[in-house]
Amino acid sequence: MSFASFGEFLNMGGHALYVWLSYGAAAGVMLYNWAAARRQQRRALQDVLDRMRREAGGRADGRAGRGDEER
Amino acid sequence: MSGAGLFVAQFRREWIASLRSLQEAFNPLVFLFLAVTLFALGVGVQPEVLGGIAPGVIWVLVLLANLLALDGMFRRDFDDGTLEQLVLLGRPLFLPVLAKMAAQWCLTGLAMTVLAPLAALLLYLPAGVVDTAMLTLLAGSPALTLFGAVGAALTVALRRGGVLLALLVLPLYVPTLIFGAGAIDLAMAGSDVSAQIYLLTAISMLAVTVAPFAAQAALRIGLEQA
Amino acid sequence: MTLKELWHRLGSPRWFYRISGPLAWVLGILALVLLVSGSVWGLAFAPPDYQQGNSFRIIYIHVPTAIVAQSAYMLMGVAGAILLVWRMKMADMVLAATVPFGMTMTALALFTGAVWGKPTWGAWWVWDARTTSMLVLLFLYFGLYALRQAIPRQETAGRACAVLAVVGVINIPIIKYSVDWWLTLHQGATFRLTEAPAMPPEMWIPLAVNVLGLYCFFGANLVGRLRAEIVRREARTAWVRALAAGELQTAREVSEDEVLRMGPGPGAGR
Repeated sequence: MSFASFGEFLNMGGHALYVWLSYGAAAGVMLYNWAAARRQQRRALQDVLDRMRREAGGRADGRAGRGDEER
Repeated sequence: MSGAGLFVAQFRREWIASLRSLQEAFNPLVFLFLAVTLFALGVGVQPEVLGGIAPGVIWVLVLLANLLALDGMFRRDFDDGTLEQLVLLGRPLFLPVLAKMAAQWCLTGLAMTVLAPLAALLLYLPAGVVDTAMLTLLAGSPALTLFGAVGAALTVALRRGGVLLALLVLPLYVPTLIFGAGAIDLAMAGSDVSAQIYLLTAISMLAVTVAPFAAQAALRIGLEQA
Repeated sequence: MTLKELWHRLGSPRWFYRISGPLAWVLGILALVLLVSGSVWGLAFAPPDYQQGNSFRIIYIHVPTAIVAQSAYMLMGVAGAILLVWRMKMADMVLAATVPFGMTMTALALFTGAVWGKPTWGAWWVWDARTTSMLVLLFLYFGLYALRQAIPRQETAGRACAVLAVVGVINIPIIKYSVDWWLTLHQGATFRLTEAPAMPPEMWIPLAVNVLGLYCFFGANLVGRLRAEIVRREARTAWVRALAAGELQTAREVSEDEVLRMGPGPGAGR
């Protein structure tokens, strides 16, 4: 441990702004990349599901229509 | 038709086409001198200030003038279907593309090299380094046309390719600019610049081996979009 | 599995999707462990630099981002060449998936470099050889991004970007060399502080850990984005539809019956 106390660690020998700004930005960029990949996966799957639902919906309606005629 | 014949025929075709529309061919050169004038007006005309930045100014403006000329490089052939004909011939596009590049270079790089003393005069570039300036332009400008042609081929099918073309091509111009302007700077300080001239020539040589293939591939891709 | 078989399988999005789920998790967890331990080590345990004090701790994030940003561009050059020569679908997806990651990493490297430069050199921006090369790299990334956005047809856009990436990769060494030379011409050796004089192990080991960690993060992120691209581009194939149907069921949004009714789509076979 190269710091005597936690306060000193946070202070970074007077360079707190620079050090924490860099690490904050890095964390932000990485979180963004992680979230972007996740969101893209979700959206891609959701798009497939939506299309399947639309197609299935069309087919189901058709079936329901025939059913009504029979009744 | 033999390879050399194909090259010469294409080169001659390009040449005749640009002679028919001389105005279009001159525009980039006029732009170069207009921009030189603007620089003098903007920076002021103290000889030591203007002469000091002249190497960088000349080279940057040559890059930009080259860029302006690139936009029309494949456009006309693309629009009137000549390009498609060339592809349909089934032969490699390598030689026709190389011929187009050579013709383009004659109208931009070579013309700018010839006119460089005039620009140097306007920018108070010391008379002793004018020959160095011309030499750097002669050695470096082929790389500008060649790499630029790849960008022009990539954007040929896009209606508004102008700014995009600049974005694609200018980063590739960085080494040529650095060595070109740097060599003139060094010559002004009295140093030997043969190393920089060799480097510029080497970059141009590399461009000759890479760019025609890349431009050929890019043109085929562009034709798919049409 | 021979190398040739692996090569052919890599060309199959379906195979890649099947094996890559666990891969993304392993790489992601590795990245998390390495990055957290490397950063804590670098921030709290490494000794301060005798010249720069504690602001030097920024290199534990700055250097890895710069390295990975350049590697990402190199990867795109390789992927571009593979796409142009063998027309492998996966190569185009790698190209598309790497651009946003590489662009943000380059921007981050520039930002952390500026934040480091302020206490070290007294200015937010110094035309140092590496910062300048990174700036040009950022413009190269912008070019790739803009070109893909400008071309509407996906396949065409991919191959156009491949051409640009290959030409860019060929130019990168020349750009770096020219920028190095330019710096010696204009500034002399005064600003060459970046070259730390032989770091002691307790300083460079955390750096190596973070570099490794960021590579793992790159890998995990690339795999994640690739999986999204695969689903998006193969949306009409039976296997993706089956996959999506499976998702639906596990989410308990629909019954088995409804899934069956939707069916696996044209040319099926689940």
